[in-house]
Amino acid sequence: MSKKDSEYLINRKDNQYEVVIGLEVHAQVLSESKLFSTSATKFGAEPNTQVSLVDAAFPGMLPVINEFCVKQAIKTGIGLNAKINKRSVFDRKNYFYADLPQGYQISQFKDPIVGEGKVILDMPNGQKEVGIERLHLEQDAGKSIHDLDPQNTFVDLNRSGVALMEIVSKPDLRSPDEVNAYIKKLRSIMRYLGTCDGNMQEGSLRADVNVSVRPKGSKEFGTRCEIKNVNSIKFMQMAIEYEANRQVDLIEEGKTIDQETRLFDTKKNETRSMRSKEDAHDYRYFPDPDLLPLEVSEKFIEELKNDIPELPDDKKKRFIEEFKLSSYEANILVSDIDTAKYFEEVVAKMGKNKDIRLAVNWITGELFAVLNSKGLEISQSPVSAKNFAILINLIKNGTISGKIAKTVFELMIDGDKDPQNIVEEKGLKQQSDPKALEALIDKIINDNREKAIEYKQGKEKLFGFFVGQAMKASGGKANPQLINEILKKKL
Amino acid sequence: MSDITKQSLTELVENIKNKKLSSTDVTKAFIDRSEKSEELNAYITNDFISALDKAKKFDQKPNFNLKLPGIPMAVKDLFCTKNIKTTAGSKILNNFVPTYESTVTENIWNEGAILLGKLNCDEFAMGSSNETSFFGNVQSPIDKNLVPGGSSGGSASAVAGQLTPITIGTDTGGSIRQPASFTGIVGLKPTYGSCSRYGIVAFASSLDQAGPMAQNVKDCALLHEVISSYDPKDSTSIDFKRNHFSKELTNNIKGKKIGIPKEYRVDGMPKEIEDLWQKGIQYIKDCGAETIDISLPNTSYALPTYYIVAPAEASSNLARYDGVKYGFRAKGENLIDMYEKTRSEGFGAEVQRRIMIGTYVLSSGYYDAYYLKAQKVRKLIKNDFDEAYKKVDAILTPSTPSSAFKIGEKTNDPVSMYLNDIFTVPVNLAGLPGISIPAGHDSKGYPLGLQIIGKAFDEQNILNIAYAMEEKISFKNKITDWWIK
Repeated sequence: MSKKDSEYLINRKDNQYEVVIGLEVHAQVLSESKLFSTSATKFGAEPNTQVSLVDAAFPGMLPVINEFCVKQAIKTGIGLNAKINKRSVFDRKNYFYADLPQGYQISQFKDPIVGEGKVILDMPNGQKEVGIERLHLEQDAGKSIHDLDPQNTFVDLNRSGVALMEIVSKPDLRSPDEVNAYIKKLRSIMRYLGTCDGNMQEGSLRADVNVSVRPKGSKEFGTRCEIKNVNSIKFMQMAIEYEANRQVDLIEEGKTIDQETRLFDTKKNETRSMRSKEDAHDYRYFPDPDLLPLEVSEKFIEELKNDIPELPDDKKKRFIEEFKLSSYEANILVSDIDTAKYFEEVVAKMGKNKDIRLAVNWITGELFAVLNSKGLEISQSPVSAKNFAILINLIKNGTISGKIAKTVFELMIDGDKDPQNIVEEKGLKQQSDPKALEALIDKIINDNREKAIEYKQGKEKLFGFFVGQAMKASGGKANPQLINEILKKKL
Repeated sequence: MSDITKQSLTELVENIKNKKLSSTDVTKAFIDRSEKSEELNAYITNDFISALDKAKKFDQKPNFNLKLPGIPMAVKDLFCTKNIKTTAGSKILNNFVPTYESTVTENIWNEGAILLGKLNCDEFAMGSSNETSFFGNVQSPIDKNLVPGGSSGGSASAVAGQLTPITIGTDTGGSIRQPASFTGIVGLKPTYGSCSRYGIVAFASSLDQAGPMAQNVKDCALLHEVISSYDPKDSTSIDFKRNHFSKELTNNIKGKKIGIPKEYRVDGMPKEIEDLWQKGIQYIKDCGAETIDISLPNTSYALPTYYIVAPAEASSNLARYDGVKYGFRAKGENLIDMYEKTRSEGFGAEVQRRIMIGTYVLSSGYYDAYYLKAQKVRKLIKNDFDEAYKKVDAILTPSTPSSAFKIGEKTNDPVSMYLNDIFTVPVNLAGLPGISIPAGHDSKGYPLGLQIIGKAFDEQNILNIAYAMEEKISFKNKITDWWIK
């Protein structure tokens, strides 16, 4: 394996192989109710408590499209810079399984609601465009539980009928890192849009990963294998790495790769054959006769377009221009919508005489450190954006030093206290009265006459000693800049 | 009052409103006759005790503003009825009791009607003779060992035999009109989207429609008025302004143009049927309407198209009967084995045949040649009607290519059985309304029906034509009560 020029290649003897990856991401639509029924969709509910007659496929029950889910899919399509299809068709994908009550999944096969689009990834060596093939709406299946009883399988239909968006990428991805960036970008866009919460632990985002390899420079695609239903970025990356190497080994041994569906075993870190192309299901897709083609008007789409918030790419551009941030800093702030929200609120609350750079440093430094150590999301931050802004302003206007600010920040965490009150109560205000500081410094020089002489004789390192003494004597409150100036003058 | 069960719905409603009869009188009369008619095997499940209770309750607090005040009626066992077993004529649903009510039956009860019980039908409505029912053949009241037609065979037998004053059936390819024709009653297949499919056990979703079956056109119009409604629970239900069919009913059809499609003169059609059709044309003229020869060139493709589209949808619609959630389950070694045994034992031969046909025509490699082509032909068939309706207001055809046949006569020849639907399936494929009215008898004294096909949403028009013709025909059904000891 080499990462020359950040290109991900697999090396064998004299041969180098490029890895080609395409993803089918299944993103759960953020919606209170299911795609074709009014059942709730809350995660973690008691088994089979969110199941309607429609979800359980009782005789004579009929699906009725949930308009909100349609809107969510279209919004996501807009966020992916994609073509919105005014006419789309729901098809039945027929197969038998215990957790598929209808005996078919309602999906979109030939005519998806969203067509081609693209997303931009920020990679270390520059931007990369990844094509979107399509996005379609479909129902989730229920869940089979095999480990509760030695004889029986239990079925939980809470998830049955929940709306999913299947987002199919073009085979444009070339490395596990790009896959990482792609998933994060998709998640970021959908969270900005409020169309998917992107929670991989709860299964709101999972992917089928298509992997093939080809000699570097080749224009033709190799035979691909599809790794089904991988539910974390780490596992996706591990699966790709394993699978690509497996395929390269086969080629090197002069064998051929069979097009097949594989499973990733997270315990053994390997992919295993699930079914070959010959055994592939014949899903007998056909238009669902219970549903009319889904038609949306230009006006409907336009209204949704007006409803689209500023998305990460635009926000990043604005942050760079408006706040003079680096691309790297802007990325950190925009990639998660809640971070961006927090940052923008801090900016707003800082008022006129604001120090954006100081705020950015404090968010990415102190705040992130606290959130990390407490295992919190920024939306759960113990320090509100308002108080955070006040703290930054206190530093900026010289009321407290950066060092004192850290003490204040620690005190703020407990109960989101106003930093001004802390500064008052604890008497942490910075000493910036030159006369008082001069007196203090005179005393220090007096007490350390020998060291003062050594300094004058050229031992410049001792300057730091005097700064330290002055800070100590002031209880850390002395304005460090003033101390410097006075010391330079007096010594 | 004697012979309550011989009265039409209209008469019964009148007599209840005038307090000449109570709901209890009427309900008792139909229950008595139903109990004496077990040999017809029209019922799968009866709800007589509860029906009498409801009738008594109605009489204590009658509401005469309702359209079906205290009227007892039995319905096809394809409609889900809350807390009443609903089988679709299949072993696989032999133990199934819905917790919900179909929209169509809900509409009926909301107008004051009382459920007598659930009527026999071909399994999942797949059949033309009621011989595929898990619950056995239905006898026609016309003659012993005669089929009542299908799939709404129990419904037809029950109305013709006066076990219920009216009923509802479902019609996917002729399942209301063909049995109506075989038993000398009136049956209407409404425009697709007119009656909600919610709560009706699905056979072929794009073709299924519920409709009324009655002794005469007026009763049929009244019942249709009750069952036709827009229902947001059915995405294919259509929101259009519905007529007051019974109030607007008129026998004045002067100046109407009625098309006579030459393609319905099929090879091997008995002379009796041709003669009936000619008589029908004469009746039309007698009513002051005009007949015009028209062409529906793709008619001959309708039956093969139907036998691709309907099984395809059925194969998918019936996938839910898998033994997992409800209904019959056979023991199996594992999931697949359980599926195979449940479905092999739970479905009858005809249903299995159609599931296999449907699965085949949807299979990859065959989809384009069969299903997709069938959908294209379906469009052509619809276009034929659209073209014809530029010239005519309605179309007159025979309802069936023959009169009723004997039980067992066609069971080993599915294709000859399928040919029964040759005049009715084009109407379903085009989503149009069609009504069958009794128009005469064959040499054996068996009833023969004529079909009037209308434009979409033009039920009022075909009801009017049927009403006018009914008057001229003055058909008398020959019911001998042969089954009553």
